[in-house]
Amino acid sequence: MAERSFAREVEDLTLGEGELFRGEGILAITKALLQSGVSYVGGYQGSPISHLMDVLADAKPVLDDLGVHFESSASEAAAAAMLAASINYPLRGAVTWKSTAGTNVASDALTNLASSGVKGGALIILGEDYGEGSSIPQERSHAFAMKSQMWLLDPRPNLESIVKSVEDGFELSEASNTPVMLQVRIRACHVHGQFVAKDNRKPAFTMREALENPVRDLNRIVLPPQSITVHDREKLEQRWPAALDFIRERQLNEFFGPEEGPVGIVLQGGMYNSVIRALQLLGLADSYGNTSVPLYVLNVTYPLLDDEVVRFCQSKRAVLMVEEGHPDYLEQAVNTALRRKDVQTRVAGKDRLPMGGDYTASVLMKGIQSFLDEFEPQMLGNRPPLPSAEAVLGSPEVKALAEAVPARPAGFCTGCPERPIFAAMKLVEKELGQHHISADIGCHLFSILPPFNIGGSTMGYGLGPASASAFNVPAGKRPISVMGDGGFWHNGLNTSVGNAVYNKHDGVIMIVDNHYSAATGGQDILSSRAENPLRSTNNSITKAVQGIGAKWVRQIDRTYDVSKMRDTLKAALTSDVEGPKVIVASSECMLNKQRREKPLFSKGVKDGKRMVRQRFGVDEDTCTGDHACIRLSGCPSLSLKHLDDPLRDDPVASIDNTCVGCGNCGEVSEAAVLCPSFYRADIIYNPTRLDRVVARLRGAVIGFLQRRRAARRVAFA
Amino acid sequence: MTVPFEKPIAIAILAMGGQGGGVLADWIVSMAEAQGWAAQSTSVPGVAQRTGATIYYVELLRPSADGKMPVLSLMPTPGDVDIVLAAEFMEAGRSMMRGLVTPDRTTLIASTHRSYAVGEKEVPGDGTSDPQMVADASGIAARRSIVFDMQRLAEKNGSVISSAMFGALAGAGVLPFARAAFEDAIRAGGKGVEASLRAFSAAFERAEQGAADPVQRKPDPIELALPATSAHPKLDALLVRLRAAVPPSVQPIAFAGLKKVVDWQDPRYGEEYLDRLAALHKLDIEAGGANRDYAFTGAGAKYVANALTYDDVVRVADLKTRATRFERVRNEIGAKAEQVVYTTEYMHPRMEEVTGTLPAGMGRWLTANKPLYDGLDRFVSKGRHVKTGTLFWFAGLYVVSALKPMRRGMLRHEMEMAHAARWLDTATAVLPTNYDLATAVLGARRLIKGYSDTHSRGLTKFDKVMSAVPLLSMRDDGGQWLGRLVQAALADEAGTTLDAALQTIHSFDSAPA
Repeated sequence: MAERSFAREVEDLTLGEGELFRGEGILAITKALLQSGVSYVGGYQGSPISHLMDVLADAKPVLDDLGVHFESSASEAAAAAMLAASINYPLRGAVTWKSTAGTNVASDALTNLASSGVKGGALIILGEDYGEGSSIPQERSHAFAMKSQMWLLDPRPNLESIVKSVEDGFELSEASNTPVMLQVRIRACHVHGQFVAKDNRKPAFTMREALENPVRDLNRIVLPPQSITVHDREKLEQRWPAALDFIRERQLNEFFGPEEGPVGIVLQGGMYNSVIRALQLLGLADSYGNTSVPLYVLNVTYPLLDDEVVRFCQSKRAVLMVEEGHPDYLEQAVNTALRRKDVQTRVAGKDRLPMGGDYTASVLMKGIQSFLDEFEPQMLGNRPPLPSAEAVLGSPEVKALAEAVPARPAGFCTGCPERPIFAAMKLVEKELGQHHISADIGCHLFSILPPFNIGGSTMGYGLGPASASAFNVPAGKRPISVMGDGGFWHNGLNTSVGNAVYNKHDGVIMIVDNHYSAATGGQDILSSRAENPLRSTNNSITKAVQGIGAKWVRQIDRTYDVSKMRDTLKAALTSDVEGPKVIVASSECMLNKQRREKPLFSKGVKDGKRMVRQRFGVDEDTCTGDHACIRLSGCPSLSLKHLDDPLRDDPVASIDNTCVGCGNCGEVSEAAVLCPSFYRADIIYNPTRLDRVVARLRGAVIGFLQRRRAARRVAFA
Repeated sequence: MTVPFEKPIAIAILAMGGQGGGVLADWIVSMAEAQGWAAQSTSVPGVAQRTGATIYYVELLRPSADGKMPVLSLMPTPGDVDIVLAAEFMEAGRSMMRGLVTPDRTTLIASTHRSYAVGEKEVPGDGTSDPQMVADASGIAARRSIVFDMQRLAEKNGSVISSAMFGALAGAGVLPFARAAFEDAIRAGGKGVEASLRAFSAAFERAEQGAADPVQRKPDPIELALPATSAHPKLDALLVRLRAAVPPSVQPIAFAGLKKVVDWQDPRYGEEYLDRLAALHKLDIEAGGANRDYAFTGAGAKYVANALTYDDVVRVADLKTRATRFERVRNEIGAKAEQVVYTTEYMHPRMEEVTGTLPAGMGRWLTANKPLYDGLDRFVSKGRHVKTGTLFWFAGLYVVSALKPMRRGMLRHEMEMAHAARWLDTATAVLPTNYDLATAVLGARRLIKGYSDTHSRGLTKFDKVMSAVPLLSMRDDGGQWLGRLVQAALADEAGTTLDAALQTIHSFDSAPA
């Protein structure tokens, strides 16, 4: 079991007809799946959709009751392939992942799924990780919908619309025999709102019924000639028109504002709230979304209904296409639709709105203002003053902040077991020089930032070692690559390690094993150490690597042993064994360890049990303020303290009470021969009688010696 | 359109991952909903959950009379935010840089405490940002500021900063809800309620008072007053000498130096310190130091004391075994009286430390005898976890610190004194011609710090800086330039900034000053 409980959120999944659901967008989607009679759910965790997976992983009784199969897929490819269950059977299935990262991984399966077509509704929930807060390259999922012919929903970002979109999505999928993607942006996943719940629905057709009554239809298998003669023709001649009909008849797209007007705005559903805010600030909408500018809201952004587009545009002088991200797929499609019908309405869009980045309310406000200025200036009326921070941003005082306010990127948590791995790498670097280092996706990627500054490239999840594969030539230095346990099981075992073994790659592969898929929220994976009754855990990475043929494999079970880490890495860089040199560096993710152990510790103390807490400290008398320790750590709890000593110039290192006693700073200062300032304090709570007697004895002797010396010391008080 | 736009209350929370910004947003939302308002919160946590800077955004509006829900924004609009809550002082600065704080509407509620970013901490010198700049900016950017140390207040009440910030928000009186509504939201949250309410209440009152906590990058150095008399005749004699040796303006720093030197060794060492100081002061007078407030003597008082009290094993063993240190550790970690505390020191002695502690001749001999030296090094040079609270290890350290009386004969002492002599010779040589440069030469001593590698890196940088002295001796601004070199040397570990600065100085050679 992962160390965080979602029991509270699971309760929300059981809400019945008419009850009010209050919570996050992604949890509303989870509830909507159950309301839609879904039969199976899979996916791969990642921001911003992790909570869907987390909550369902904790919801076994609810799911069992409904007969829903849930699994944490090994990768997005596995999740997408799972949807194959809906090809031949009337089973509703849903999968989820972070996009476009996950959609890239899933593409092989999605292509085949989209070719075969589906009988049961197949819904792909995409956490569109774009704009502020994103952790991946800035791309759009839109292209995947177009290339494979899957439908793309982009609902207005409120819980009611999102929930409706889930329900519509299944029906659209079934009506058009096509998988449907539902994209939800980061903020929409995390938005807190409410909707009126319905009862959960048991699937009409069960997984078991399907399994016991197998169906085979040659026309659903992707192999020529079916894929060409049947599937492609079906796509164009049946599925596409069926989808258009469904979207039109069910009015999945929405119109707001007056029916007629000289100008209008066409927008992705996800842009709705920001467009409304922009209109509100321009004096063109009220608090409840009543607007004087006609809006055509595309809750379905693929396919486009050409006739709807034409109907909205033809009586207007100009429309503004609000489409976040690039390229301008929708704007091009709108233009094509209008040209085909020879409608002369001007289409504005990326000519005044930015090609990339977040379409915030203020970006849209400027774009809409420019649009109206050109095409319908009287709508701007008496032009109320617009909110702006220009004046204050131009002041010297605020401008000067650019010098003062430090960058604060994400970094390793306090006590993170990955920190000592990179401290060791830095020590090796000092000895053997800089090496080519291929990084990977996961918490360990924070190594690229100060203070470690380690890693030259990232290619994708589990691809770190594979991305060093070209560097397999005789040379004075070996490449080093890093990969986490998450990436390892996602696809790194084969793509990275297998590849290196087969090609006799001479490099060093550092597998960072923190017992969880940590960066995505601490979910269990194959090699997690916890016993999980629902999953098979405790499968050793080392054995897997050896099983695939790696000869030089070292496992380190306490990464905090910096000297050992350093020596092992050095051995890997100098060994004459052929093939990849694999180090499995293994210690539990501190965030999750603390989640488990902190409550146990507090309870132990409360119950009067003898408990020992360790934390570190710095002797400010011996610390000279060079901060070499910080340059090998970056731990949030290891900070600075300014002294009022007139003889000292620089702040000393200082450890605060958030220290979890991992030992990294002590080990580093020892391995790097830094200084004797670090100490570990063992604090014994509820000491036993023996503890107290021993402490008193020791105290007596030590105290005597201390008093003796103090008495002899001649010094100013 | 009939109804005008009624602006929702817009609240932005700037925090670092792990600070509980999400908890604060949840409290605000649940409070507003309990009061019948529409509330929407969003965030973009992502990887920022791991200690990075992140932002939470909340909008609140009363639903219409007919129960219609408003359309609220998912992100703040610069110039349109009513309340900004910043859970750290530089994050308050960030909120202003993002245009979220504007003088027409924004109440800025910020904690003055600092959580230093890695970029600030990793600098070998002092890389911390100046909080006064944030205070200055908030003076013109915010309509109203409520700034005090909410972190400390929360800790004092056994809680976390989110409860203190919630209290400050309530106390600011900027939301149309009664205090009880805030407290109910905390109770409904259900976790650590009592401590949260205590911190809430303290912050509420503190915010109501309104006065801002002063911000300061670092505390002013304390100025030690010379005691009229001490408990010991030898020390009294030193005080008399000190008063005679240096002018009153230098006496406080010289007393701090004297105190450190005597504590490091003995009163006789204090006399040596005062001898050196008096000699420096005499030269200072000759160089016309009276017009410069005897800056040279002042710098000498500070840095000669530091040079004389180098960090050696005797010093470390002495400091680690003192009763005052045992006490300080207990205070620092917040140990309660009934708890037992043991410390483990992380030490890594090398042969250099051994030879440095030997009588100078023997130390030199052993250093020269490479096979023996390397052989012994294998036994000596390893990490040792020294449990200072146990009798065995305490006795070990105690014995090492008892070597103090022999210190003057040790190899390390010989080396340190030779180095100090060269340094002081450089300073006194340029003093007659370039007073500022001579003073700056004394200040360059700041670069020598740390142990082992760090220490030798410091020495290298010190030597590099010193190499510029001949080039600067004829320049009026030579002192300023040397100061700049010292700052450059402290800017990064590798010395890149220093090398660049040195190149600039070498270019002076070709161009007329």
